[in-house]
Amino acid sequence: MAEKMFVQGNEAVGWGALYGGCDGFFGYPITPQNEVTQWFAHEFPKRGKVFLQSQSEVGSINMLFGGAAAGFRVMTSTSSPGWGLMQETISHCAAAELPCVIVLVQRGGPGAGSIRHAQMDYITATRGGGQGGYKNIVLAPGSVQEIHDLMQLGFHLADKYRNPLVVLMDGILGQVSESMEAKTIEFEPLDQKDWALKGRERQEDGKSRLINAAPGVLPLPPYPNYISWLKHMEEKYHEMEGSELRYETYKAEGADLILVAYGYTARVSKEAVNMARAEGHKVGMIRPITLWPFPYSVMKEKAMLGCKFLVVEDSLGLLIDDVKIGVEGRADVHLVGILDRHIPTDGGMIMPGRVFEEIKRLL
Amino acid sequence: MNKKKVCGKPEIWKDPPGAAMYCPGCQHPVIDRVISEVLEEMNIDGKAICVLGVGCHAFVQVAWDLDILSCAHGRALDSATAVKRLNPDAIVFTVQGDGDCIAIGAGAFIGAMARGEKITTIMFNNTNYGTTGGQLAPTSLLGQKTPTTPRGRDAALEGYPVHTAELAAAFKGTAYSARGSVHTPADYQRTKRYIKTAFQKQIDGVGFSFVEVLSACPPNWHLSPIKCLKRIGEDIVSEFPLGEFKNEDSTERLSKSR
Repeated sequence: MAEKMFVQGNEAVGWGALYGGCDGFFGYPITPQNEVTQWFAHEFPKRGKVFLQSQSEVGSINMLFGGAAAGFRVMTSTSSPGWGLMQETISHCAAAELPCVIVLVQRGGPGAGSIRHAQMDYITATRGGGQGGYKNIVLAPGSVQEIHDLMQLGFHLADKYRNPLVVLMDGILGQVSESMEAKTIEFEPLDQKDWALKGRERQEDGKSRLINAAPGVLPLPPYPNYISWLKHMEEKYHEMEGSELRYETYKAEGADLILVAYGYTARVSKEAVNMARAEGHKVGMIRPITLWPFPYSVMKEKAMLGCKFLVVEDSLGLLIDDVKIGVEGRADVHLVGILDRHIPTDGGMIMPGRVFEEIKRLL
Repeated sequence: MNKKKVCGKPEIWKDPPGAAMYCPGCQHPVIDRVISEVLEEMNIDGKAICVLGVGCHAFVQVAWDLDILSCAHGRALDSATAVKRLNPDAIVFTVQGDGDCIAIGAGAFIGAMARGEKITTIMFNNTNYGTTGGQLAPTSLLGQKTPTTPRGRDAALEGYPVHTAELAAAFKGTAYSARGSVHTPADYQRTKRYIKTAFQKQIDGVGFSFVEVLSACPPNWHLSPIKCLKRIGEDIVSEFPLGEFKNEDSTERLSKSR
């Protein structure tokens, strides 16, 4: 079954979650993602699913900790200040290996920053923003349809690896309306969650389960001690890095200059590539779809061919660090960032024309 | 003939290392035992999901043969909320310390009561942070010397002891609130009745249910176990009176409660 609709990016989060088998949503109001929470309030209870407005973002993420431990597909959505509040328990979810999906609709920072779009949480999203150096897959959609699709992939991968997963958006992507097809995407079958808490008598083997997030204090079978558990986590992270890398290239073949961007600035960059190509400039784009794992090898490959790089991101420069790691000093890496917005207010945007100017300057 | 168990360990109490993790004279495992007896007598241990905070109370996770979730410090009621909402047939209860529940976890505690979650919370009150060395807790008595109140708790500097059971009773979403202790056999039995009533409120779907239980902490109180019982019976009970503070039987009564 598929439904065609014309919806906002924030609403696509809900449709994707619904078709992806989400059982419960827990969230706290924050701009610019309120349409997400409101969508779930309207659509989930009537379908027998759980919607709950928490007392804070700290509450939301700890509700995910509980819901995931009980074996359900659970999610929350927030914006940057709420994201900051959630870090402790995202780390607990990583430690307890509890799968859940966190949607982050980025706004301007730091602090309360602005209530409008920005891309300023890249580092905390991709580097395990909380305590203890965990890792989580970060999916970065670039269109309303892709939000819907990646929400489903997100629930699948979170369950597959028993790990929290972040869908990284921005205020513009959340607010833009486009046509979308809502339907269930099929993925490889996954094992039953025989580790989940149900009450001892409901476990198939009749044995009680224990889930905790302190593997170094109270070791959990099958890991006899802290280091053996850490080794298991390292293996899991390697497997994610090896198997889950996703990116899209656009006119990158034979290009002299490669643009790198995600989210709304990838849409802007694509437009700038088209403008440049129309004037005969050899310009292409690499759009990471997973920001972690990051397509370092692709950056390196292009750098070895002599490409220059231009990163387009609505911040003072965060994604640019990953591109620099990828090129290993072999290529110049430039930035069109938040200071290049068309007007100097929180409503300003990076426009294709400004990116095109920079392309011409670099070539 | 119905047989009633009069001695021996509860079925859900695993063999050591279980209680071995508690200090001599600690009453936490005594309260754990009361909870065990209630779960078994009500025949709800098989469908129980226990949610723990962080602190000495959480060491019970290695002792109980129950499905257990050990949460971030102060967040047990947030996590328990989701467990119960997604799994309404389960018996969901939190075991928390006073610091976990009413200091760092105050937001989660108030949120759960405000929503009238059908969850049971047992809060162990030993008037200090036992795990980290006995520091000032919201429940520390005035004058109580702790590593962070070396001159004794001074109301002008550290405020007054927080009365959690009375606070819980003030919420319309709370169906039941009581404070018990286990420092005498009679109090043990009364506390058991309180905890049983609290679980019954959850089974009946009335609202949030809460039992605070006073607990001795000999190493941090720098008292022998016997003197700890005396302190509970005199100083602590005079600050924190024992008894039931709220007991409502229906959601209709809750909505009219003041």
